[in-house]
Amino acid sequence: MHALLASDVPYWAQSLLRVLGGLVAVLLPAGTVVYLFLFKMMSFMQSRLGPMEAGPYGSLQLFAEVGKWLQKEDIHPARADKFLFKIAPLVVLASTFLLVVVVPFGPDAWFTNFEAGIFYALAVSSVSVLGILIAGWASANKYSLLGGLRAAGQLVAYELPMVLAVIGVVIQAGTMNLQEIVVAQNAGSMFGWDGLGNPYLLTQFVGFAVFMIAVQAELTQTPFDMPIAESELVSGYMTEYSGFRFLIFFIAEFATAGVFSMIAAVLFLGGWGVPFSWFGWTSLGDIDNWMNIVGPLILFTKMIVLTFLIMWVRFSYPRFREDQLQGFAWKVLIPVSLVNIMVTAILKVAF
Amino acid sequence: MTLIGDRQQLSYIAAQAADARVNVELETEGMTLNIGPQHPATHGTLRIIARLDGEQVVWAEPSAGYMHRGYEKLTEVRTFPQVTALVNRIDWLGSFANEVPFILAAEKLMGVEATPRAQHIRTILFELSRIANVSLFLGDLGVQLGAVTPVFFAFRDREYVLNLIEAATGGRFHPNFDRIGGLKDDLPAGFIDETRSVMKKLRNFCDEIENLLFGNEIFQSRTRGIGVIPKEVALQYGLSGANLRASGVDWDLRRDQKIAMAWDKADWKVITHPDGDSFARCWVRLQEVRESTRIVDQLLDTIPGGPVMVKVPKIIKVPEGEAWVSTENPLGEMGYYVVSKNDQGPFRVKIRSASFNNISIVPWLLKGVYVPDIITILASLYFILGDIDR
Repeated sequence: MHALLASDVPYWAQSLLRVLGGLVAVLLPAGTVVYLFLFKMMSFMQSRLGPMEAGPYGSLQLFAEVGKWLQKEDIHPARADKFLFKIAPLVVLASTFLLVVVVPFGPDAWFTNFEAGIFYALAVSSVSVLGILIAGWASANKYSLLGGLRAAGQLVAYELPMVLAVIGVVIQAGTMNLQEIVVAQNAGSMFGWDGLGNPYLLTQFVGFAVFMIAVQAELTQTPFDMPIAESELVSGYMTEYSGFRFLIFFIAEFATAGVFSMIAAVLFLGGWGVPFSWFGWTSLGDIDNWMNIVGPLILFTKMIVLTFLIMWVRFSYPRFREDQLQGFAWKVLIPVSLVNIMVTAILKVAF
Repeated sequence: MTLIGDRQQLSYIAAQAADARVNVELETEGMTLNIGPQHPATHGTLRIIARLDGEQVVWAEPSAGYMHRGYEKLTEVRTFPQVTALVNRIDWLGSFANEVPFILAAEKLMGVEATPRAQHIRTILFELSRIANVSLFLGDLGVQLGAVTPVFFAFRDREYVLNLIEAATGGRFHPNFDRIGGLKDDLPAGFIDETRSVMKKLRNFCDEIENLLFGNEIFQSRTRGIGVIPKEVALQYGLSGANLRASGVDWDLRRDQKIAMAWDKADWKVITHPDGDSFARCWVRLQEVRESTRIVDQLLDTIPGGPVMVKVPKIIKVPEGEAWVSTENPLGEMGYYVVSKNDQGPFRVKIRSASFNNISIVPWLLKGVYVPDIITILASLYFILGDIDR
């Protein structure tokens, strides 16, 4: 951000800006996803209008809901482990913030520019499992415990296909740095034609499918929502939570959906970038500064498209059974992504 | 998605066997899970006590009675016409169908028979309440299995049927419309055309549900081979309705008994399925909604003229005697055993409601299944709490 923020900005102000930026990067996708998909798209799919009263077309409904949650008393079950019970939602939300740190929003608009960015992202995404396990255990509720255990089994099982799906992209881009993956896609060309760059969606479509399925499972959205499974386990690990602690779980769920969609957009759809040939850019260095403003918007649009996919599936499908889910991960997704890695590696060497 | 299918079921059985071995070696402890009385999957207040080993049920038993309202006893202090107001709260989704067998039993004791027009309209309303009832089941099925959308389609299209029932009877949920000797009123103007168009919508709804749920691979893998009830067991536990027909027993009281209703005037068929699993039960119900719309369509064409009420005294006294009448209600066989002592009200009424007998198979059926399958099985058995507890 050196162009936007001249070098005389003190460190505390930079940190403050980063915190604010992080909040925006987490809360804005969460709010948009909730309003656009959970409130409106779901309603239209189900032949109803959804919230209409608070604000134009119910656009302020989320604020009303947040206000309601914040007013509620912070209660915990009598036999719960109070400290763990209270800290669990924060652990889940922390993993979302840790994830958003590596997402590049523009040529200079990033929080940190890790060399092993995608590796880090996949690692911290599993921190949320800890929070969910803590919540399930500390609630002193049998349904919560079942939900927490299911979540642990499921999230661990789906880490692997996700990692393997990403490896194809990493092989093709030759880097684990998310910023460089974006540049590689937008500066690339397909058989000498660079009109669209080279979004990895086209070459890594198998990886993309596996990645999105794994994201669906990682987010515990239907058809992989057994940890919550409201018709079986009431609300799984969230059963005992109410008020702002439930709100934190809620934000974490949808913010993580947004952030994972951003990561998927970065990996497969070219992230913040437009094909560089359109403006005659060749590398990261000669990109105009206005991309720092437009880039986040482009990324945001791509994120909306991908969350739409996630939510579309969520509202249409029934849920798997736990053993079917494990079977699907180990017998279908992992072999498919291994084959994908092999083919990618062979083609990479061949071309 | 090739894994789903027979191989999946085999591995499921193998996993069950493996679990049993592991638990012997590790000496793990079981856990008692109370599903209900307050639980999203119990449609009210059914409590299921399940002893779990991990997520596997070792032993389970339904504990009914949390919503017992004492209707059998209450009928003893009501007059015969007043009883209909009580009994249409038994199966609250198909209320009109609850009134019919009781009124038929009273008519049997009095020796009167409703006019042909009244019989016809009774049958139409009976089938409409079946559609209202089972269409909600089809939507709710999705919710139980985690799909949130179908239930809204069900509520949307059930609304049309409820509007029809309201137009004809004045009540959406509790029509209280059947009278000894006929019906309270004739059909309103425009009812027949409106019903035709609604039946078309309901057939569309069935297609929608079939596409959305029944054709879905996840739905099939969740229901096929789950909760299999063999023919003999189904008969031993006294199942009735779609649960029995899904086990391959060709038995439908609408066809199999001579009764003063108009089912024999229409051309329809009894749907059976040989499998006896959860999928079969759901599928049979779906097809029955379709058949019901066909029955209604045909009966609309042939409504005979004449009055809807025979002459009965203003104050009804039912002569001494005992009568048993049962009909094929949306949930299964529903019957009333009415004992009269030549009084204005019944001396004693025994209500045989379908759901109570249908859930009696739950302990047998839930042994050895996983927690998610409890929900599938309960959803596919389809009970209504009012019908269990009365």
